[in-house]
Amino acid sequence: MPQTLKACATLPHPMAPIMTPVTRFIRESEEVFTFDLAPEQVAPFMPGQFNMLYAFGVGEIPISISGDSHAPERLTHTIRAVGPVSAALGKLKAGDRVGLRGPFGVGWPIQEYKGFDVLLIAGGIGLAPLRPVIYWLLRHRAAYGRVGVLYGARTPDDLIFRAELEEWRRTPDFQLGVAVERAGPEWTGDVGYVTPLLSKLRFDPADTVAMICGPEVMFRATALALEDAGIADSRIFVSMERNMKCAIGHCGHCQFGPHFICKDGPVHPYDRVRNLLSYREL
Amino acid sequence: MKDIAELLRHHPFAEGLDEDTMALIAGCAKNVVRQPGDYFFREGAAADSFYLVRHGAVALEAFVPGRGTFTFLTIKAGEILGADWLIPPYRSSFDARAIELTRAISFDGKCLRDKCEADPRVGYEMMKRFIPPLLKRLQSARMQALGMYDAANA
Ligand SMILES: Cc1cc2nc3c(=O)[nH]c(=O)nc-3n(C[C@H](O)[C@H](O)[C@H](O)COP(=O)(O)OP(=O)(O)OC[C@H]3O[C@@H](n4cnc5c(N)ncnc54)[C@H](O)[C@@H]3O)c2cc1C
Ligand code: FES
Repeated sequence: MPQTLKACATLPHPMAPIMTPVTRFIRESEEVFTFDLAPEQVAPFMPGQFNMLYAFGVGEIPISISGDSHAPERLTHTIRAVGPVSAALGKLKAGDRVGLRGPFGVGWPIQEYKGFDVLLIAGGIGLAPLRPVIYWLLRHRAAYGRVGVLYGARTPDDLIFRAELEEWRRTPDFQLGVAVERAGPEWTGDVGYVTPLLSKLRFDPADTVAMICGPEVMFRATALALEDAGIADSRIFVSMERNMKCAIGHCGHCQFGPHFICKDGPVHPYDRVRNLLSYREL
Repeated sequence: MKDIAELLRHHPFAEGLDEDTMALIAGCAKNVVRQPGDYFFREGAAADSFYLVRHGAVALEAFVPGRGTFTFLTIKAGEILGADWLIPPYRSSFDARAIELTRAISFDGKCLRDKCEADPRVGYEMMKRFIPPLLKRLQSARMQALGMYDAANA
C-alpha cells in the first residue's frame, strides 16, 4: 500500500515546538473543544495526521488535525479534556499561544482508494480525526462511489460538530447515521450501538474501503461487523492511539509490536494490527 | 388473513419461511398502527404480544427515579419489538413508545407459543429468527454498558 505523507519534513527541527497563536476557540460539548491555530510556517497535511501540542508548563500530547487539509494555513484540533494537558489546552482562548510540532504520521489512505465506496465509522472524539476525510470526500465527491458515515456518541449532548452533522444529513449522496448510547425522550434519532446502523447503509463490500476511529474496544467490534458485511480486513483502516513522546520514531514510547504508532501510523490497515491487538501486554 | 400473510412475507423476519408456516403464524397476527407518543407496551404490564415493525420507529425506555426517562434502544422498520412474551412470567421489562407513526404486525404471544409447542419445527423456525437479533442486541448492550466511547486506548 503506498503511504501518503510520512513524518514531517517541513519543521526546522522536528523536536522544537513553534509558538503558535490560537485564532478561534469553540466549545463543542461539556468536555470537548475545538481551536484553530495560525502556524507561522504552513505545512501541508493529509487527513489522519496529527500534531504534538504543548501546553506550557504542563506537557505535550498528540492531537489529530480535525480541519480541512485544503486549508493548512488554519490548523484545527478538536480535543476531549481527560487529563492535565488536554484540560490545560481547554483553558486557552483566542490570542493565547501553544507549542506546535508536526504534522506527523501516516494518515488515512484516501487517495489510494479513488473509485471505491467509502465508509467512515467514528466513536466519540473519533469523529475529529475523520472530519478531514469527510471534507476531502465532499471536495472530491465525483472521484468516489457511495459514501457513508456512522457516528456513535454517549448522549445527544456529547455530539460534536452538530451544525455540520445537520449539513451532512442534508447533503445529497451522503449517507449519515448517528446513534447515541442513551437519550431523553426529546431525542428522536437512533439509540443503541453504532454498528447495527451498518445494515442501513448502501455499499458494495467488494469495492469498499472502511476507516474506523474510536477507542480500541469500539474499533475491534466494528472491524468484525465490517468483515461480517463482506469487507476484506486489508481494506479496513483503524487509527491507533498510544502514549507518545518524540512523535518521530526515536524514543520507542509508542511502540506497538514491531510498529511505531507515531511514524508507521497512527492509521494502520486492520490486517496489520489485528493479531497484535489480542496481546494484552502491548 | 391473506393480507397479514402478505404483509408478513415482506418483513425480513419471514425470509425463507415456507408458505405453510407463514399461514400458520399469520393466524396469530394482526396489523396495528401507533401514533407518535403511543405505547406498544409498558414496563410491568403483561407481555402478551410481540411486533414486527414495518414502518416507523419505536423507543425502548426505562424510567430512572430522580433522573427521568431514558431511551436505551430504538427499533426501526424490519426489526422485532418485544421478547418478554417468550419466557414466564411474560411481563414487559421496559416501555416501548412510538416516536414516529409506526405500523407493525402484532402477534398474540400465547397463540404463537401454543403453535410452537404443538409443532417443534415451527418453534425451531421461530427460534432461528429470534435468537440472532436478540444476541446482537445483547452484544450491543454490553458495548453500551462498557461506555466504550469514553475509553482510553493508550
Ligand atoms: C495519534 C494520536 C492522535 C490523537 N488525537 C486526539 C484528538 O484529536 N483529540 C483528543 O482529544 N485526543 C487525541 N488523542 C489522545 C490524546 O493524546 C490523549 O488523550 C492524551 O493522553 C491526553 O493527555 P492528558 O495529559 O490530558 O491526559 P493523561 O494524563 O494522558 O490521561 C488522563 C487520564 O485520562 C485517560 N485517557 C487518556 N487518553 C484518553 C482518551 N483518549 N480517552 C479517554 N481517556 C483517556 C488516561 O487513562 C488517564 O486516566 C490522540 C492520541 C494519539 C496517539
Ligand atoms: S513517540 Fe517516540 S517513537 Fe513514537
